[in-house]
Amino acid sequence: MAAKVKSKSASRSLSRDDYLRMYRTMLCIRRFEEKTDELFMAGRIKGAVHVSIGQEACSVGVCSALNQDDAILTTHRGHGHSIAKGTRLNEMMAELLGKATGLCKARGGSMHIADISKGHYGAHSIVGANMPMAAGMGLAFQLEGKGRVAVVFFGDGASNQGSFHESMNLCAIWKLPVVFFCENNHYAVSFHVNRSTAVRDISLRAQSYNAPGVTVDGMDVMAVYEATKEAVARARRGEGPTLIEAKTYRFFGHSRGDPQFGPYRTKEEVERWRKRDPLLVAEKMFKVTEAEKKAVQGEVAEEMAVAVEFAEKSPEAPLPSALEDVYA
Amino acid sequence: MREITFVEALNEALHEEMDRDKKVFILGEDVELAYVFGVTKGLAARFGKDRVRDTPISELGIVGAGVGAAMAGYRPVIEIMFMDFIMLAMDPLINQAAKLRYMLGGQLSVPMVVRTPGGGGVQYGPTHSQCLEAWFMQMPGIKVAVPSDPADGKGLLKAAIRDDNPVLFVEHKMLYKQKGLVPEGEHLVPFGRAVVKRPGADVTLVGVGYQVVNCLRAAEALAAEGISAEVVDPRTLAPLDTATIAESVRRTGRCVVVEEGHLRSGAGSEIAAAIQQEAFDYLDAPIGRVAALDAPIPFEPRLEAFVLPNPDKIAKAVKQVLGAAV
Repeated sequence: MAAKVKSKSASRSLSRDDYLRMYRTMLCIRRFEEKTDELFMAGRIKGAVHVSIGQEACSVGVCSALNQDDAILTTHRGHGHSIAKGTRLNEMMAELLGKATGLCKARGGSMHIADISKGHYGAHSIVGANMPMAAGMGLAFQLEGKGRVAVVFFGDGASNQGSFHESMNLCAIWKLPVVFFCENNHYAVSFHVNRSTAVRDISLRAQSYNAPGVTVDGMDVMAVYEATKEAVARARRGEGPTLIEAKTYRFFGHSRGDPQFGPYRTKEEVERWRKRDPLLVAEKMFKVTEAEKKAVQGEVAEEMAVAVEFAEKSPEAPLPSALEDVYA
Repeated sequence: MREITFVEALNEALHEEMDRDKKVFILGEDVELAYVFGVTKGLAARFGKDRVRDTPISELGIVGAGVGAAMAGYRPVIEIMFMDFIMLAMDPLINQAAKLRYMLGGQLSVPMVVRTPGGGGVQYGPTHSQCLEAWFMQMPGIKVAVPSDPADGKGLLKAAIRDDNPVLFVEHKMLYKQKGLVPEGEHLVPFGRAVVKRPGADVTLVGVGYQVVNCLRAAEALAAEGISAEVVDPRTLAPLDTATIAESVRRTGRCVVVEEGHLRSGAGSEIAAAIQQEAFDYLDAPIGRVAALDAPIPFEPRLEAFVLPNPDKIAKAVKQVLGAAV
């Protein structure tokens, strides 16, 4: 059965520093995404960007429950997960700006951020493609026997891909240490989850694979954290995968081609979700003081300024580099 | 050296590589008992079911899992029961495996081998008889091996497993029972090195995979008519050793390229283009091509034979490029 997990109270195992760190990371994601949007609108970031504003609690709740040598695999909307897993900000911003110092040497861009040194095994922009990879990483971790876990992020839309079902099945039959984390932000571009999916809670789909499925409040970082912690512990014990569904919402459009309030969703709906802004929820839950808030905001603003300056001052990727690393 | 079959040579390569490197493991449908073609026979008993793992019928999942395991530092060898089924796993192979290293700025590599039986001649019909290697040959980031005899099968498979790149390893079904002399123990065939399988003076036959066997048969028949045909086997299509092929054509002045993929946009199209780039002034006739005709591979034996290449078709094409009466 899909159980409802709802955590309004802070976990006992965490310290005040931990809470503040979580809050800080969420704010860092928010500011990074705002900066990304600004640079994109100014034409300084080329191509496509998909910002995750509104979904910060998912990124931070999940990654706070992981060790550095645990793996994440994310999606086209992966900046938040990347930051939460510790991805180097300067090099990430440089990648967005298409610089030689970028994490992917300006070949991958926003949709393919990866920082293997931090256990970030890549944003994978084909919807659903990362799930079989996560199964394979889980298989490698099982063979390796060091207790590492792979977490794969995906959206409500991806849960309709065959890759989701094939991967859940592989992980379940082999009891692989994989956590399937579905950020149900309710829209696959403009297609509402109620129209794409016959079950009300995507977590119900875990039943087909005899795995636990839970639905959590994706705007509550602690709810996400607690559910992930449990799923990760289960995975480390060799008991196999868990499907976590976090109900969340993207405050911005799918990408910049798509207005915040398109014909597919109303302003009222967006406003309703914005009242449950994960940053506000965390501030209240963690009782962040004005002084703490101010200090964190200052630090994060400084980090962003450093990242943008690093990226802007970095050299362009040399043309011949477009032909490197095709083969090992 | 001793004479063993192609299947036995591949099986030996897998035994040796799994023995040598604990990171090598096998995933595939019915690989434990290996009822279908038998390439993985005995491996589960020897190395355990963790490393020789039967999978559900889930090609996308299996190949994708191979990519993930390779990203984590393992060396998966995936068996896809029929090459046609690779169509179900194109995303992990083409969008992921072939691009990941590049796309992630060289942060990791994907040392994965996908082994698969291709080709017709066994009346399995349109969806179990294809030779799709040209599709993959076009794609940067992936390597393609097309062995044509047991020794190359063993040497190329061992090299493929040690390669840090994704490799598509095509095993033509008609080769499985063919016998040949194979070195015992360490035997590696480097990728990107073509070999002259039969020397000749009048015409160069470039064969792909099993069609090398048919080229050799055609060359034998042509010899009886006083035509000396050289047979070149590229052994890998990506990378492709155009230098060895062009060198042969410069000596013979004539060339027929033979493959079992379809004629249109086939591997032979690329090989012919390379030849005209590198040996244009030496060509005494247009480059001939023999390939599967541009229709799906039909089931019925006469129809199938009509569509597929064979030694007679090759000999006829040779006579055409020699300007002889056909």
